[in-house]
Amino acid sequence: MTTYIIRRLLLVPVLLVGVTVLIFGMLQFLSPVERSALYVRDIPKNDKAIDGIIKKYGLDKPVYVQYWRWLVGTTDQLTGERVGGILFGDFGYSRVGSQPVADLIRARFPNTLDLTIWAVAPVILVGIWLGVQAAVHHNGFIDQAARVFSIVGTSFPTFVFGLLMLLLFYAIVQWFPPGRLSQWANAVVTSDSFRSYTNLLTFDALLNGRIDIFWDALKHMILPILTLSYLSWATFLRVTRSSMLEVLRQEYVTTARAKGLPERDVIFKHAQPNAMISVVTLAGFTVVGLMGGVVITETVFDFPGIGKAAAEAAAALDVVTVLGFALFNGVILIVANLVVDVIYAVIDPRVRLS
Amino acid sequence: MTAHIPAGDNTLLADAVSMRKIAWLERTLGPENYRIVQGLSKTPASIAGFILIALFVLVAVFAPLIAPPATNDPYKIPRDGFKAQPQPMGSEWRVRPPPLPFWWKPIMKTDQWVHIFGTAQGQYDVFYGIIWGTRTAFKTGLVVVIATFLIGVVIGSISAYYGGLVDNIIMRIVDIFLTLPFILAALILAAVITPRFGRSLMPAILALITFGWMTYARVIRGDILSTKERDYVMAARVIGVKDSRILFRHILPNAIFPTLVLASLAIGDVVLSFAALSFLGIGTDIGYADWGQVLSFARNWIISLDEYWYIIVWPGLTLVLFVMGWNLVGDALRDVLDPRMRGKT
Repeated sequence: MTTYIIRRLLLVPVLLVGVTVLIFGMLQFLSPVERSALYVRDIPKNDKAIDGIIKKYGLDKPVYVQYWRWLVGTTDQLTGERVGGILFGDFGYSRVGSQPVADLIRARFPNTLDLTIWAVAPVILVGIWLGVQAAVHHNGFIDQAARVFSIVGTSFPTFVFGLLMLLLFYAIVQWFPPGRLSQWANAVVTSDSFRSYTNLLTFDALLNGRIDIFWDALKHMILPILTLSYLSWATFLRVTRSSMLEVLRQEYVTTARAKGLPERDVIFKHAQPNAMISVVTLAGFTVVGLMGGVVITETVFDFPGIGKAAAEAAAALDVVTVLGFALFNGVILIVANLVVDVIYAVIDPRVRLS
Repeated sequence: MTAHIPAGDNTLLADAVSMRKIAWLERTLGPENYRIVQGLSKTPASIAGFILIALFVLVAVFAPLIAPPATNDPYKIPRDGFKAQPQPMGSEWRVRPPPLPFWWKPIMKTDQWVHIFGTAQGQYDVFYGIIWGTRTAFKTGLVVVIATFLIGVVIGSISAYYGGLVDNIIMRIVDIFLTLPFILAALILAAVITPRFGRSLMPAILALITFGWMTYARVIRGDILSTKERDYVMAARVIGVKDSRILFRHILPNAIFPTLVLASLAIGDVVLSFAALSFLGIGTDIGYADWGQVLSFARNWIISLDEYWYIIVWPGLTLVLFVMGWNLVGDALRDVLDPRMRGKT
């Protein structure tokens, strides 16, 4: 197992460098003037000033010099301060958000995290439960129904499903509005008396003892959660079902049955834990994917997380901002994937003992 | 090639070795690939999928007859005025209606062309957008699938054939490309290159190609690695066949089929991703006939969707049915390709 983990760890720097090169490569599609948004807040209009900025930040230098500067930033000769440098968390200036990209991420990320946390449990638990049921009743009614459900589920584009949810639960019955908070709740949250401990709205509301705000925040998240879950259930169902079916064919399951264990114990104590090994990886990737892949869901439900911010910036062709988000996302994903792989190695005896 | 059967009474021999007739298709494809084709053509789900796909092909082919274009550029959805509010289904076409389709009068007994599925924001005709959007869907789907397939096969073959360091480097590059979530990566690249290409199909297509080839590279690599170990490849080596000939004549034809099928069924996913990108406002000009675009008109009318439900339900349903057609076939394929199912029908 140690060799496996070491080899996996060695991959991390490769991926990190690779992703930065990939994103920097995309930056090269921009003209030097546009790229100056990496270092300055306002791009000046007149040619002379632009030339000065291009010179100052070396935007006309060879690509590898620019890449290095992009990584570590440059020191301003007058003030002695460091400007730019993604390694220090400076991703440049956002034209759309009219603030540094890093600040925009800091403001939006807690919302996405909040949504992810609440979406994880329904996504994973229900998905696995459906898969196990389908496998246990192999080729029975539940299995067929689950199969139809999974095909229909995977065929629904996120935004179509989301729009239909809005049609049903907002436009028609008005239960679950889009957005983040109702106006009155927003007024409370932005007032001085409301202290923010974690920046995660639902948790802050609880810590402040405001059940009404908590409920309001949750109400705005129910449709996004449902949309995210529905789409992942299909995948979960399929993976759980096939790995469960494979396990149920193993001889030790027959042994367990032969020695007279109740079917419940055979399935939940003997078969399911082994079937879960491959599902754990998927669960990990789903959590990771939820964080990164909420672009469309957040946009449909007007939910102010990083996904929506990225989509808005992309639609406005604000490339520096979008690439900042990509970088942030890439790093999170690399780390999270590493964690998932290590967990996988630890729980799978076939890897652990090798 | 005819089987060489000894002269005389062969009934006993035929019984013993079961000289079943091997049809042309099975001979050309080989037993493994033939099993895949058989599996796909016999599952009810995949047949339903094929029917759905065929219907969409028909709509795409006969688009000019179903919804005749109003201008020289058929992909521009005709507008009935410029008012913001969507018009309900069946409302009359007032401003410069496009030519009446041939099937309208015999069925409806009237010369008045209407908005069958209503109009979206800005009076874009939803029905027209759906019909011509089918052509856009196939166009983008085919281009992206062919391109990603070719890139994937070339890269995967190189990786598998040379092995060692080359293989390692290529597979790490694949890992890097897979790090960013697909739709986010495509969104970014499309946004970056849009100023270069202008608003058209190009940015989204290029973005989907750039981040879409990795799966094929991985699959073909795996299949080549296992084909490489077959006896006939060893036999070819032993009699001194050139490396390139072994790869192109012996290994690739035997390893490529699963990737080919996988790629051809990916059209549904590609169209879905493309629609997602144009829903997010990346890609074509406003008013271009593509499904994501038609759906994105609904974004400003969320509050009154109960009144304007037709602006999401019809284009949404079209997209879902299209993707479902490919998924039904794809689901059957997954069963056929599942190694645990091998040998069963």
